[in-house]
Amino acid sequence: SQQVWDKSENGDWHCTASWKTHSGSVWRVTWAHPEFGQVLASCSFDRTAAVWEEIVGESNDKLRGQSHWVKRTTLVDSRTSVTDVKFAPKHMGLMLATCSADGVVRIYEAPDVMNLSQWSLQHEISCKLSCSCISWNPSSSRAHSPMIAVGSDDNSPNILAKVQIYEYNENTRKYAKAEALMTVTDPVHDIAFAPNLGRSFHILAVATKDVRIFTLKPLRKELTSSGGLTKFEIHIVAQFDNHNSQVWRVSWNITGTVLASSGDDGCVRLWKANYMDNWKCTGILKGNGSPVNGSSQQGVFNASLGSGNTSLQNSLNGSSASRYFFPPLDSPRAGSRWSSHAQLLPPPPPLIEHSCDADTASLQYPHPRRRCVSRPLNLLPENEGV
Amino acid sequence: FRDSMTALPSQVVPGADPSTRQLCFAWGPAEVLVCETLFGRRGGSSSRGEGELPPGAATRSADPVCCIADSRDGGSGSSHVFVVRKDQDVYIQTLRKLFNESHGIFIGLQRSEEELAGKSRKAQLVQVSKNYRSVIRACMEDMHQAAISTREPALQSQYSTQVSILSAMELIWNLCEILFVEAAAAGPLLLRLLDWVRLHVCDVDNMVREVLSSENPSKHELFWNVVDVFVLQGRMDEARHLLSKEASANPTSMNMYKILDDLMKKMPMPSLGNTQTLTEMELKWQHWHEECQRYLQDGTFASSSHMESICKILLGDEDAILEKKELMTTWYHFLVTRLLYSHPTVKPMELRFYAQACSRIIFIFSTSSMDLFLGGESSPEPLDTILMAAFEFEMHQVIKECSIALSNWWFVAHLTDLLDHCKLLQSHNLYFGSNMREFLLLEYASGLFSHHSLWQLGVDYFDHCPEYGRVYLELHIERIPLNTEQKALKVLRICEQRQMHEQVRSICKIMAMKALRNNRLGSALSWSIRAKDAAFATLISDRFLKDYCERGCFSDLDLIDNLGPSMLLSDRLTFLGKYREFHRLYGEKRFSEAARLLLMLMTAHIAPCSFWMTLLTDALPLLEQKEVIFSAEQTYELMRCLEDLTAGKSDKQKFQDDDVETMKVEMLRLALARNLARVIVKEGTLEGS
Repeated sequence: SQQVWDKSENGDWHCTASWKTHSGSVWRVTWAHPEFGQVLASCSFDRTAAVWEEIVGESNDKLRGQSHWVKRTTLVDSRTSVTDVKFAPKHMGLMLATCSADGVVRIYEAPDVMNLSQWSLQHEISCKLSCSCISWNPSSSRAHSPMIAVGSDDNSPNILAKVQIYEYNENTRKYAKAEALMTVTDPVHDIAFAPNLGRSFHILAVATKDVRIFTLKPLRKELTSSGGLTKFEIHIVAQFDNHNSQVWRVSWNITGTVLASSGDDGCVRLWKANYMDNWKCTGILKGNGSPVNGSSQQGVFNASLGSGNTSLQNSLNGSSASRYFFPPLDSPRAGSRWSSHAQLLPPPPPLIEHSCDADTASLQYPHPRRRCVSRPLNLLPENEGV
Repeated sequence: FRDSMTALPSQVVPGADPSTRQLCFAWGPAEVLVCETLFGRRGGSSSRGEGELPPGAATRSADPVCCIADSRDGGSGSSHVFVVRKDQDVYIQTLRKLFNESHGIFIGLQRSEEELAGKSRKAQLVQVSKNYRSVIRACMEDMHQAAISTREPALQSQYSTQVSILSAMELIWNLCEILFVEAAAAGPLLLRLLDWVRLHVCDVDNMVREVLSSENPSKHELFWNVVDVFVLQGRMDEARHLLSKEASANPTSMNMYKILDDLMKKMPMPSLGNTQTLTEMELKWQHWHEECQRYLQDGTFASSSHMESICKILLGDEDAILEKKELMTTWYHFLVTRLLYSHPTVKPMELRFYAQACSRIIFIFSTSSMDLFLGGESSPEPLDTILMAAFEFEMHQVIKECSIALSNWWFVAHLTDLLDHCKLLQSHNLYFGSNMREFLLLEYASGLFSHHSLWQLGVDYFDHCPEYGRVYLELHIERIPLNTEQKALKVLRICEQRQMHEQVRSICKIMAMKALRNNRLGSALSWSIRAKDAAFATLISDRFLKDYCERGCFSDLDLIDNLGPSMLLSDRLTFLGKYREFHRLYGEKRFSEAARLLLMLMTAHIAPCSFWMTLLTDALPLLEQKEVIFSAEQTYELMRCLEDLTAGKSDKQKFQDDDVETMKVEMLRLALARNLARVIVKEGTLEGS
């Protein structure tokens, strides 16, 4: 089943629709850009993908806070489970890509954006490997051809690249394989291009047995040899095994400055680069909804970037620091001028407790179950030229 | 919680066990939605939940919408979705003033021309710095008032926390202002530092007030403490004033008081102006120092331990000063006092040595008068680290430590920007100097964008980020929920001012789509005209015409009547406008003009063929008027149009045409023939006469 929740003016969330969509597990849902109206696509184990549109119902439905969703189309071309569905960037029109367990990526287009029941299959790309996820390159720059990255969760013991990049070729009007990330040979469960921000290169996050971030720098097109396909210089800029287990999902925030990942350790972790492009963990969300701990970083950094970092956004230490700024919580004495910011609190604690403080996310909302973990003190990064 | 994401307390549901449940998540414009999923834990028949927020949150009357797919059939299990937000400070009501007012100062600073050279430029920058500080102070005062007036303990502690954070910010900012922005030279530097200490070490003020307001200050048990405080802070006149009271009460030791008073009066101070050179000052100082030394050695003050210790302080005796550490409360007060009595002409670059020396005598002050001397390995408090970095002129270290320690980007973003305007970041020969400014401003402004109204301030910050500001603005502004037309217009104006054509188009398109879905055709049409979206305008025009055919009247007449040149956006829209014009002419009984226009719509192929029948039917009443309206030539044209229309249809279609249609055609033919007859007669007569 599938549910839509709306956020009302006062910030409450209401379930405005809940309906049965597929006859098997629904793997993913995705929204089309609001320019195309209220449109959702879903894909399922039942071998189909579907496009849904909200119709403006009777006025009393609105009053009851309900909305109606109708199925506009069912895409039945796949003979196996449809594992991912993504709308293309809006500048390409209303396009939809699906991928399936039998290794086929299909790209559909709705030629008439007002008629969502007509979708034509434009491309069928055979990837040879069971596909688990796709991501469109969001760049709208004319310098970049439409591009789609495909990840595979094939877990047979082989060393085939599990991430492939397909690019649209203007001459042949077909998608062709431009690149494969040879270093990723373990099953991949999610993949996400970062918003482009006008950069000449692309950033791709991959969820495999760890979280990896790649940059793809287009090289000059060699029109003769590769038929107009772009070749890329690929670098891995960060690799984090903090989840210590399979990573299921990676996703970027709006500006591509923070990457979130979830894994089998039951945590959602947040990653961020500082202004010198060093990536670090900046937050962890655990099962009870409260962040537990932030600066544990065993991330393997690209050697060329250096593992030291100047983390302007070293994160969580902040709250401990703000504690140090706290005055004693008795109310300021009458007439005193907010007496005593500078009265520093009594003795800083033994090292272990201190380092734990530094990692404690928020003193405002302490959690009794939080435990201190003994760890070397990592408060003051050495001077690396900042 | 800088960058950390902090769960809103109300969203924390205890009992969700991380060891049995997994989390899945989705990004919103500024927050992360987190919910539990069973995927991956329950063996084979696992299911996976997934949530997603739409790419543009600007989708409905309400804010964002999220969609959750869930394959659990029963829908059992606790299905909580947590909203996790960063930049929590943006939501603190009392900090709004800080954000709003500093925005004005920031903009002023960006606009201030750098043509002012040297001193006046520096004075300008110092003024900007002071403005920032006074905003912090004002905010602190508000917060303090709020803390006093509230009765809720939780709120109160929240406010006091904010007060202490703000006051630490101001302390750091003030020091940076002295050392970096004003870059005070030897001499004035000490005076500035003294002011700084007096302004910020205010714990003792209560004591001072208590003593001074007592009936007989000199008998008060804290009398000498207050005198010491004045001396330690270099407030000589106040100290002498107090001493004179004590002196008058003790005629026996009058002489001793007089000597001390004299020493204090004569103490040379650096001057702010250029009235004395440093060498002059140093000479005077040496002379005075020797005099103090003499009195101390010949035991002038031996009978009063208080006065003796004051004299030792005047001589810069470290032990004597340290004895008073409760009165100083902080190491930086100690530092400034030591400088005052030992190195009054300290040069900026020498500060680091004295500061380090002070911190080497590590001691932690506390209100509970617990003095703890810790070993050198203990890690210093963030505030101390920051101040130390400032004394060491490690500007980047200051910014770095501050961004680690403070809970929002406000402080570092604005301070860094100011320092960048002072050209200090470049002078450190770091290629990323301005990058850092932009990095911090981008973070700050992104935080503002997560707020439902503060985002408007964020726009201006993005404007002043040359590298990525524009792209950030584009990405963020697309996610502003367009819940009202008014808000959409506001966002639109911002985009238009910045020639963000794609965003303008997108906003109009979204609004048009929304209006169309709600059957507000007029609004939809005007939005698509704004978006210059021809295809969509055609579509909406068709809807208008269809509505007309069904109902026989137009809605949104105002809009259609006033299309003007925008009518040319799409041929269908042109037709709609012209067709409405025909109706108006007809309504105004300007029949011949109406007739000419009607004919033109067909002959110039402005009207879609599907609409010709309607047009011809519209011609019927004109043909039946008493007065002849269509000329012979026009009538022939009309007949041709009718024949084109009927001939265009295949035989099969003809058979399917119902009786009404056939009758219409017949009626038209009849009317046209009759009109032709009348017009031939009329035109013949006119020619004949």
